[in-house]
Amino acid sequence: MGIELLGGRILAPFFGSSVHIWGSIITVFMLSLSFGYLLGGKLSTKNASLSKYGLIFLIASVMVLPIVLFAQPIMTFIFTHIEDSRYGSLLASTALFFIPTIILGMISPYSVRLLVTDSEKSGQVAGILYFVSTLGSALGTIITSFYFVLAFDVNTIITAFALTLGALGTLAILLHKIVNTHKEPAHA
Amino acid sequence: MLKYLLLLATVFSAPVVSKVIHQERSLYRNIIVEQNDNLRCLKFNTKSSKSSQSCMYTDNPNKLVFNYTKLVFSSLLLIDNPKNVLIVGLGGGTLSNIIHQLYPAAQIDNVEIDPAVIKVARDYFNFIEADNISAKVQDGRIFIKRAALKKQTYDWIILDAFNGDYIPEHLLTKEFFTEVKSILAPKGIIAANTFSSSKLYQHESATYHSVFGDFINVSREKRSNRIILAGYTHLPSESQIQQRIKTLNPQLAPYGVDMQSLSEYLQYTKNNQDWPSDTKVLTDQYSPANLLNF
Repeated sequence: MGIELLGGRILAPFFGSSVHIWGSIITVFMLSLSFGYLLGGKLSTKNASLSKYGLIFLIASVMVLPIVLFAQPIMTFIFTHIEDSRYGSLLASTALFFIPTIILGMISPYSVRLLVTDSEKSGQVAGILYFVSTLGSALGTIITSFYFVLAFDVNTIITAFALTLGALGTLAILLHKIVNTHKEPAHA
Repeated sequence: MLKYLLLLATVFSAPVVSKVIHQERSLYRNIIVEQNDNLRCLKFNTKSSKSSQSCMYTDNPNKLVFNYTKLVFSSLLLIDNPKNVLIVGLGGGTLSNIIHQLYPAAQIDNVEIDPAVIKVARDYFNFIEADNISAKVQDGRIFIKRAALKKQTYDWIILDAFNGDYIPEHLLTKEFFTEVKSILAPKGIIAANTFSSSKLYQHESATYHSVFGDFINVSREKRSNRIILAGYTHLPSESQIQQRIKTLNPQLAPYGVDMQSLSEYLQYTKNNQDWPSDTKVLTDQYSPANLLNF
């Protein structure tokens, strides 16, 4: 949500602040989240593990970075080639946000897979996950729009998001390793 | 008790009550046209008089109501006979109308994001349209970016897109002003209706200064409406200014604009910066203009 919110800020210099900018951004985010859910669910059926989960975070972290690094040339190119700012903004938000948001969308269903141990409680686990992720979105939205934009550059905020994702991913992978090394002697 | 009675009396004896003669909800806001005796005003969002965007005396449409609109004409102390004029933010179309009457041959391009505002300007504020007057529905930033690509230039650019309640933040950044500068003709001038109070005053000043160098603040007194004049390469001499006042005064008198007093409101920022030198410049990366405007 933090990134979605900054999306408007990123696109405005090239595509303005007309209502269709938000139309483009929200469309792309919803579309890519939906694909992300599907992919994340599919992936969770194949040997789900904490380290694979961490890898999703790491990939998301890397995929967010092009927003910082290449937004200007990408938007300049689209701006000069597409006259209509509706389709220009749709294409630009697709180019910038589609892939990272798909990957971020994979996190939720994968989390369900990792946390559900008892099918009786699957509904409750999903409920807690929805609660945490939606609450996180709400907090991300308000903190970004109320405070972050007042203190930091847009690129700094997005880089910080990327670093946080990267750190969480690394943490998950390390945790997986630690858990496994503890397990192995027991197996042997 | 007496105080309350008096208060009641004033309320009930208010001689004229403003009447809403048109109201519509546009893509961006509520638009209200109010008539109060001879005064017709275009308002956004609320009924409070604070948010009046544009007003017109129906019995004398030429006479300017707002002080800041008058201040815009101080631009003419710095340039001669503008031929291409760009106005970002149409409002009631007052500026476009007057400039057309002053310079009938000039090409005037109006850019307005809200199509409903253009319609209301036409229907209620006598917005004049002709072959050399255009009103385009577009975001100002996009219009200017496209104009730059087409290598179009203007010798008078008026930025009037802020409505007081909400600031389009992408129209108040260093990058935006750089784009505006790129479509300014040599010897042209930029006049921007800007913020006079709040922390934004300093940030806006610093941002203008970072792109244009020294500029001119035009305001009647400190902390009232200010117009920024920027983009000039050299300043006219005192005698040139006097000459222009002489020519312009009779032309602008019908609109209630007195060039002599306008010339006295010019405050040069050269050696006279009224903002701290470490004020943060607003950029596309950092533009919390609405949060600073308190």
